[in-house]
Amino acid sequence: MVSQTTGRGRAEHIPTIRGRNGQRFWLADFYGSAIGKKAVMAITGILLLGFVLVHMIGNLKLYLGEEHLNAYGEYLREIGEPILPHTGFLWIMRSALILAFILHIHAAATLTVLNRKARPQKYLGGRDYAAASYAARTMRWSGVIVGLYLVFHLMDMTWGWHVVHSNFQDGKPYENLLHSFAPERWPVSVIYIVANVLLGIHIYHGAWSLFQSLGWNNPRFNLWRNWFAKVFAAVIVIGNVSFPIAVLTGIVS
Amino acid sequence: MTISLTLKVWRQKGPNAAGGFETYSVPDVNEDMSFLEMLDVVNEDLITSGKEPIAFDSDCREGICGMCGVVINGRPHGSVAHVTTCQLHMRNFRTGDTIVVEPWRAKSFPIIKDLVVDRTAFDRIIQSGGFISASTGSAPDANATLVPKAVADKAMDAAACIGCGACVAACPNGAAQLFTSAKVSHLNVLPQGQPERWARVASMVDTMEEYFGSCTNFGECEAVCPASVSINFIAQMNRDYLRAKFKDRRSLVRAADVANDEG
Repeated sequence: MVSQTTGRGRAEHIPTIRGRNGQRFWLADFYGSAIGKKAVMAITGILLLGFVLVHMIGNLKLYLGEEHLNAYGEYLREIGEPILPHTGFLWIMRSALILAFILHIHAAATLTVLNRKARPQKYLGGRDYAAASYAARTMRWSGVIVGLYLVFHLMDMTWGWHVVHSNFQDGKPYENLLHSFAPERWPVSVIYIVANVLLGIHIYHGAWSLFQSLGWNNPRFNLWRNWFAKVFAAVIVIGNVSFPIAVLTGIVS
Repeated sequence: MTISLTLKVWRQKGPNAAGGFETYSVPDVNEDMSFLEMLDVVNEDLITSGKEPIAFDSDCREGICGMCGVVINGRPHGSVAHVTTCQLHMRNFRTGDTIVVEPWRAKSFPIIKDLVVDRTAFDRIIQSGGFISASTGSAPDANATLVPKAVADKAMDAAACIGCGACVAACPNGAAQLFTSAKVSHLNVLPQGQPERWARVASMVDTMEEYFGSCTNFGECEAVCPASVSINFIAQMNRDYLRAKFKDRRSLVRAADVANDEG
């Protein structure tokens, strides 16, 4: 009698989407769980947010003039000397960012696959969103587009491939920037502006979402989480978009 | 006052049958009827004309049992916030409206028939940790364990979950985070729930993840929840789960195994 009422087995007739957590080495098990993956996305997201902010603030030196921006670029290579070799600190940061980027994308991709399995059939009569913001619903698109833009940006301004212009000079970010954003190459500026607006939309949802994923929730501060996301996204977009506009309009030349 | 409607209802003969929408014209609907009473009237006509009635779940019809629930015009329980389908009244519709009615859609909520889905997966989540250990024998004094008012209120907010599954139905990822977090939190915030706190969250989340997708913080679940369960509980569950993963693993696994054996 008792076994009939309490031991109804594992519901074999209910389809599962994956195996059970808790069967592996703890780190693999942690990353294997969806909540663990979301935590990894949040932590790597924080790292990438920090990078984007510092990157934007550093580039504000554009407005101080050529020697300031170029000296800042050189300074980044010298941080940590002499305990670290030339560009040592830079490469530590780059390695951390590359790892964060890979983990962020891997977690997003695998969770997307999982989520498609959990909801294989869409609502055939259409669905009506009640709460989800445009930013939340387009995270996968904004993420992929910003990722592609990043490759383009590296080819243009870091590796100096001749994708935009053939005047690239190592260690001269100020000149490179003026060449890329030159008014006669206005489509390049458009790419940068559109990509940064998408980055802002991605950040707007991500910078709020990370608090939920890590369980940083306190009714006293919850309103601030939303404002933090809005302000952070706005600051990044305004700062980054100002650079091509400043060059296009001749404020910086 | 009466209104006339067109219904497009999902009809599916069985779990493995192909389904499709059937259109019904429903004249003279009393505005004071609930959505389910309107379906009852449609079914009476179907039965009278020798057709198969529309299968749907319902029980208490006062919003507390969690049995009913269909997707109405793309929103679980319809567009009125924080009510169940049985509490949705026909006065919220206008003459000439076309209403599309679909069952909950999720891999682990297989359709049994028409608008009825199998929510056994929810039972499995509860079985894997939704309980406390209590001493048997004479009943303890009601005030023997002190619970601050604010904590009792919070536990009640979570315990308001009726397990209808609207959160899963609303989630584009078919995630059951709102349901599971409510069932984890209403015990985890109380002193009576502390002995199994870490084993409970680990075990219930691990069971949930076998069946359901992951959270992308859309907030759709909270918006359609008839019991107004807040996504703050999802954050709380995430925090407890992350902490549980870094607790002493041997004792955690043992406790979780005990919980699993119940299932």
